Amino acid sequence: MRVVIAEDLALLRDGLIRLLEAFGFEVVAAVDNGPSLLRALTEHRPDVAVVDVRLPPTFTDEGLRAALEARKERPGLPVLVLSQHVERLYARELLSDGSGGIGYLLKDRVSDVAQFVDAVKRVAAGGTALDPDVVATLLTRHAAEEPVQRLTPREREVLGLMAEGRSNAAIAARLVVTEKAIGKHTANIFAKLDLPVSEDDNRRVLAVLAYLNV
Amino acid sequence: MDAQAGRRAAGTAARGLAVAAVALAAGIPLLVITVVSLALIPAAGVGLVLAPVALLSVRALADQQRTWAADWTGVEIARPYRPEPAGRSPWRRAAWVLGDPATWRDVLWLLVNIPVGFVLGLVPGACLVYGLEGIAVAPWLARISGYGWGPFWPLADYGISGTAATLVLAALLVLAGLPLAPALLRAHARFSRSLLAPTRDALERRVAHLATTREEAVDASAAELRRIERDLHDGAQARLVALSMNIGLAEELMRRDPETAARLLAEARQASGTALTELRDLVRGIHPPVLAERGLDGGVRALALSLPIPVDVSVELPGRPDAPVESAGYFAVAEALANVVKHSGAARAWVELDHDGRRLRAIVGDDGTGGAAVTPGGGLAGVERRLAAFDGTMAVTSPPGGPTIVTLELPCALSSPRTSPSSGTG
Repeated sequence: MRVVIAEDLALLRDGLIRLLEAFGFEVVAAVDNGPSLLRALTEHRPDVAVVDVRLPPTFTDEGLRAALEARKERPGLPVLVLSQHVERLYARELLSDGSGGIGYLLKDRVSDVAQFVDAVKRVAAGGTALDPDVVATLLTRHAAEEPVQRLTPREREVLGLMAEGRSNAAIAARLVVTEKAIGKHTANIFAKLDLPVSEDDNRRVLAVLAYLNV
Repeated sequence: MDAQAGRRAAGTAARGLAVAAVALAAGIPLLVITVVSLALIPAAGVGLVLAPVALLSVRALADQQRTWAADWTGVEIARPYRPEPAGRSPWRRAAWVLGDPATWRDVLWLLVNIPVGFVLGLVPGACLVYGLEGIAVAPWLARISGYGWGPFWPLADYGISGTAATLVLAALLVLAGLPLAPALLRAHARFSRSLLAPTRDALERRVAHLATTREEAVDASAAELRRIERDLHDGAQARLVALSMNIGLAEELMRRDPETAARLLAEARQASGTALTELRDLVRGIHPPVLAERGLDGGVRALALSLPIPVDVSVELPGRPDAPVESAGYFAVAEALANVVKHSGAARAWVELDHDGRRLRAIVGDDGTGGAAVTPGGGLAGVERRLAAFDGTMAVTSPPGGPTIVTLELPCALSSPRTSPSSGTG
């Protein structure tokens, strides 16, 4: 699997390269600023990009902007954004095109190597990987509000794990129920959040978006 | 004197005429309205509504004079007024306008300016106009009938000598008027400054106020530094020491006891995670990263998203204020919102941010139970102190039963909006 890495701290960049190569990824480009990232994304067309939010030259949200820009040209381009801090604002911007293939994690999560690599693979496959920190605030907030109110506590739990990017099988394992039961829950969630079946949109992403937008 | 200098002098004379016209045409009606509205205060209280309007109009006229003085003669006249209170309570506004000594100096200026401005403004223009008129009509004096009201022109004599005398007198008037125009305009600006500039008293009060707020700001930042030092020392730093100890031990045990080594490494990873969380919270407390990245707009929006109640945010900022002001504004809004969450029992809150060219204004409202008050040591008092360092103000209206509205104002300029980083090139 071909990866582009954008991280301005050399130490972290080398660490990420070593880590991903150890798990069989092919790092086709490792850059340290926003413009080079955008160039690398269009040139190499990687299977997934691992991007730091804050990059030169502006040292603000250059990485995030470059990722959004690249996805405009190539919709669904899988991007896993890493940040020293997570903001729901950024999560919403990343997910807003509804096409999936988005991850947004705290940098600390890299230290749990197996989970991190799993997240990269999920994103590359078009799934989502939201940081549990973001998901936790989603689950506590607006619990009293429509349309989230219509969800049962169990469904909310399922939606939380869905937002982190887990598959039905993984959610079933976590909650110690059958996969069929999870399928039922997700169907209920989609129905209660008014998300009809559609070819173009990833309903799992839309469900999370519905949460982020309230 | 060449033509250009002549034109300049003529322009200056025209400005003088404007000064004279304003002194009469705006000065007299404004003075009458002001006096009448002041007289109405004891009568029916109507004056309490009218007087601030009249006095603020006087202030606007004085401001116009300040602008003219600076633009035309280079005489800078500082504004002595006390800062405007936040909120729209008419009583508060009346007290603010009527209680400002500068208001009464404005009125005195208005009164004295009627004769002074009229004379100083009119004389050079009159000299020029009358002189030029004299030159123009001199050759035709013999043929003009009924042109007899001018006190200067020797109209009794229609001969050559009369015409010549008229031309000489008229030229003298023009030559006198030309240098007189800028001199009298400057004299008028100086006269205005004597009444419209801050008095020594006002300056001293301002210095005392600045000294107090500076002291508070210095104290607050020293306390902040102590807190950061303590947090780092007892938190992240201690954790990192324990972390490297565990890693060192695991290194030793790797061969002899791999199981324990693995456990220690797992512990070490957990400790590093906790240290990172602490550092992140600390950074957020000093300067939230999203504020650095997106400015007040993004900072407040992100803040709103992180609160347990829905917060509507509307922002109309054409640029970004300086970093210290931005940070003060952000933390003031954050504190006001924290108050809403902690005490108001509100189900919804809203934040409006805008800038009127001179001031950044933030309004934080909620639909809670009301009764919010500024108590010493309380969160809102902290906001007030934070804003005072920047000459900012805070006003709270919170009747029992709600709603509570906190208005924050910070005088500041905005820098031009950040151009989004160029992409696709470079």
